[in-house]
Amino acid sequence: MSIKKIFYFAIFLIFYQTNVLSIEPDVFVQSTVNRASAILSKNIAKNEKIDELKLIAKETVDIRGVGFYSLGSARKDLNEEQKNNYSSLFEQYFLKSFSSRLAEYTNPQIEVTGKEKLNDKYTIVNSTLVATNERPEVKIDWRIYTKNPENPLIRDLIIEGLSLARTQKEEFSSILNSNDGNIEALFKSLEEFSKN
Amino acid sequence: MFRKFTITLIVLLLFSFNFSNAKAGSNDELILEKNQPAEVKDCFEKINRVTFAFNQALDGVIFKPVASAYRLLPPPIKSGVSNSLNNLSNVLTIPNNILQGELKKAGVNTGRFLINTTIGILGIVDVATDLGFPEYEKEDYGQSLATMGVGPGCYVVLPILGPSTIRDATASVANFVGGDAWYNVSVENDTRYFSDFDYYASKIMSGVDFRAKNFDSIENLEKNSIDFYASVKSLYLQDRQQKILNTNKIVDTQNDGDWEEIEN
Repeated sequence: MSIKKIFYFAIFLIFYQTNVLSIEPDVFVQSTVNRASAILSKNIAKNEKIDELKLIAKETVDIRGVGFYSLGSARKDLNEEQKNNYSSLFEQYFLKSFSSRLAEYTNPQIEVTGKEKLNDKYTIVNSTLVATNERPEVKIDWRIYTKNPENPLIRDLIIEGLSLARTQKEEFSSILNSNDGNIEALFKSLEEFSKN
Repeated sequence: MFRKFTITLIVLLLFSFNFSNAKAGSNDELILEKNQPAEVKDCFEKINRVTFAFNQALDGVIFKPVASAYRLLPPPIKSGVSNSLNNLSNVLTIPNNILQGELKKAGVNTGRFLINTTIGILGIVDVATDLGFPEYEKEDYGQSLATMGVGPGCYVVLPILGPSTIRDATASVANFVGGDAWYNVSVENDTRYFSDFDYYASKIMSGVDFRAKNFDSIENLEKNSIDFYASVKSLYLQDRQQKILNTNKIVDTQNDGDWEEIEN
């Protein structure tokens, strides 16, 4: 093989790795909502829908990252065991909360309308939940974590400018404040929510 | 009535002038910082939670069933009611545009109000938007004080009216001392055309309209919150922060540093 060929091959490999394998955040969001929408339109029981939505959430949402963000500064005080315990409880809580929120909608139509790259790690993808007779049009923005461009992940949903992750963070903070910062109280609340 | 309104405007303009130094010394970032939801203290949390529970009970008995029935009305009726209430709120928005130094917006909103009230048949049809007027943003005296550099103070939950802050609740007093032309012509002064009923009916309808538009979201949030009170507080304060800054872009109101620390 000549040096010229090796050079072209190397260029091709670099190009392939940086461009072909990376997924554009807006394409990722549209494909995720299409998958969720297909599940919600299926003529199956609600519980089955929830189970399928959980699988999509596990694949497309950075649940661990959202969990530690929601914990705020309290995350710095946790030991390794508490961190692992929290991650596990948060995942169960998140999957239940997220999927049952989505399961209320039947065949939601979401159209991606644009994107704004904040930095190498984050892109905000803009979308619209199309209006129905019962509710007006809703603007939904998605905070996409793009540190690994081949595997973008959802970190926040911003509905009409209101951040779900931020709301969750302040909710957790309120529970911690009401219990003198006792992390076990938050663990208990998460556990109870997931069981009910 | 006109005298009271003039006095209120002068007082608020003086207030604005007195705070102009504070504003000059600060900027949007300071206003943003002062109104960060996490920075707003919940000084009366115990009382607030009791009032919140009372409001929830009231919602279950009155607002929820009424909003549920209201949702069944044909879309043109609902949008007509919503447009009409929005149009009426211009009489509060316009003086606040002026207080915030947004004279162009005051002019645009005056045009919007005149067009929608006449051609749009008392605001039922939003002709102005169809004509290409920019998106309407409601303003109130609480937002005006915030842009002048006044912080929100403690978070409070008012009976029936719901979430607020000390600043916003205090500022709303301006509505009843001449700052709200709709209140002046319906309640304060005995005119031949409007009565107290019209004013209070419009306020109740605003509540029902809001509840109906957000019916599923509120139900969903309540069902999936581990602390519904804290969720509502956060959402209300995020919404206020955006309204004060007149933006609905999360990147303008959220500190990205919060996210930067989270690695995967």
